[in-house]
Amino acid sequence: MRKILIAATAAVLATTAGLFGASAADKLKIGFIYLGPVGDLGWTYQHDLGRLEMLKALGDKVETTFLENVSEGPDSERSIEQLARAGNKLIFTTSFGYMEPTLKVAKKYPNVHFEHATGYKRNANMSTYSGRFYEGRYIQGIIAAKMSKSGVLGYIASFPIPEVISGINATMLGAQTINPNIKIKIIWANTWFDPGKEADAAKALIDQGADILMQHTDSPAAMQVAAERGKLAFGQDSEMIKFGPKAQLTSTMNNWGPYYIERVKAELDGTWKSEDFWGGLKSKLVVMAPYTNMPDDVKKLAEDTQAAITEGKLQPFKCPIVGQDGKEVECKAGTHLDDGQVLGMNFYVKGIDEKIPGK
Amino acid sequence: MGLIEAIILAVLAASTPLLLAATGELVTERSGVLNLGVEGMMIVGAACGFGGAWLTGSVIIGALCGIAAGILMSLIFALMTLGLAVNQVATGLALTILGIGLSGLIGSRFVGEKISLAPHLYIPGLTDIPLVGRILFGEDAFVYLSLGLVIGVWHFLYRTRAGLILRAAGDNHASAHALGYPVLRIRMFAVMFGGGCAGLAGAYLPLAYTPFFIPGMTAGRGWIALALVVFASWLPGRLVIGAYLFGAVTILQLHAQGWGVGVPSQLMSALPYLATVIVLVLISRARTGGSTAPAALGTVFVPDR
Repeated sequence: MRKILIAATAAVLATTAGLFGASAADKLKIGFIYLGPVGDLGWTYQHDLGRLEMLKALGDKVETTFLENVSEGPDSERSIEQLARAGNKLIFTTSFGYMEPTLKVAKKYPNVHFEHATGYKRNANMSTYSGRFYEGRYIQGIIAAKMSKSGVLGYIASFPIPEVISGINATMLGAQTINPNIKIKIIWANTWFDPGKEADAAKALIDQGADILMQHTDSPAAMQVAAERGKLAFGQDSEMIKFGPKAQLTSTMNNWGPYYIERVKAELDGTWKSEDFWGGLKSKLVVMAPYTNMPDDVKKLAEDTQAAITEGKLQPFKCPIVGQDGKEVECKAGTHLDDGQVLGMNFYVKGIDEKIPGK
Repeated sequence: MGLIEAIILAVLAASTPLLLAATGELVTERSGVLNLGVEGMMIVGAACGFGGAWLTGSVIIGALCGIAAGILMSLIFALMTLGLAVNQVATGLALTILGIGLSGLIGSRFVGEKISLAPHLYIPGLTDIPLVGRILFGEDAFVYLSLGLVIGVWHFLYRTRAGLILRAAGDNHASAHALGYPVLRIRMFAVMFGGGCAGLAGAYLPLAYTPFFIPGMTAGRGWIALALVVFASWLPGRLVIGAYLFGAVTILQLHAQGWGVGVPSQLMSALPYLATVIVLVLISRARTGGSTAPAALGTVFVPDR
């Protein structure tokens, strides 16, 4: 037993030495903090694809370290600090809950640059970046309304936070341009990730008459249920056509690679500055999977909508926007809602019958 | 397919992994061993079950791989708690943590792959009977297996001599030992049975529920199974009621949301757990004597040689 203990201690020490010791090459070290496992097929998976794409482009100049399954909150501070102390010069923290810990570590290590995904707090050495996922949802709404025979859409939601609510609203606003009487059924799974429960929710929605499924949870379970039942569905975060070759209409995918390449290049050139980046279809941070399983006219409409949003001609949250209470929402950006209103959205638009949970 | 029929089918599917894992844990606990590692054994069973089915294309081999993986995991537990007399609670928790990590490692090469789901029974004529046909004669094999397993366990525990000895080991290991029964060997088989059931329950998820593997896909079902054993007061019959009740409330709260019942969804999601707590209180109030837990549950036994 003692021998095992000594061996284990030695192994731990060796690993630690490897982590904290000086790097052998003079490559720039880049760190990543992930919320889930890299194989979650959703959020973290896409971030890791971005990291790999960046490595492919700049691998001769940089090396990367990632820590996966880092839970949000105070515990993540240690992991972030560990990366900073190990000599990483640029650190990406890829979930909302890392906001305060990242800020804290950033203040402690002024010579290290930090990039926090989906948050709103910045520092001289801490940027934020996120995606306008609602742009993809708007296109999905249009496709869904065109393809639905029952006029009922099924939406599996995770938690009632502004990002999810703006996604539901964008879907509904898109759908209403095609069918003003379209209905949406929303089931809150109250989890980001539980394939079994997501599948149960998908079955419940179909059994209640929805014929198009969309989700704001992470696994391909809903897609697979739709495929099994002969219904249509939208993927989430990543390409899910494998799980529903005859069911997937498209998928709003998070494409972090170009952003990571740009930021690492800036770091290499010494031009890195603290910024707030919120990219959508235009900057290709949000990418649509191929439009499949739909007639050509719907496909054309989807492509035209995508082009219009990309060129800035169409704003998903263009005014007037009427809330559930029948009152028009203040139009802070003149012709459309401003970014602050979208980032803090906590109302449903007219046409959604349900109430936001807890409101 | 009518809505009620659809709901019942969904309830049966949602309850089956819970029932399988809980049945195994019930036998383990009846022998006096508390294995909190159900979640860990389940998730490794899910990874190996998927891997087996994906490599060979056979659901049966997948299920067998899941069972084998669960048994192997439980043997680690048996070695620690029975062989080295380590604390059972700590070992069980460690087993869960180990299982979650190990399943990610095993499953990493299967992520993103897809298999076809376990076939459902189809008997011409019988399965086509309106309303009850699909429910009684149209399930996948695991559903029937889980019910058969409960009946088998009931029969074993209360109608066989071996079952009586197993219960004796769980209630008073010193007496059982004094009578010449091999307490540690009995417990090891009980732990292995629990491991096999947990592995099968885990394998059920990728084989019959969602045909892919993702790390962490058991999402806490192992813990529910543990709670169900207590809920059932260690009786196989009540276990069936508990598992189906839990599954029913889980599915019905999703439907209630779709119907637009004006209750916050957070409360709805908590309903299965609330229902469990309420029934537990009712059971313990209705009971006349003391606790029904195996008297030696969770205690370490070191035979004096």
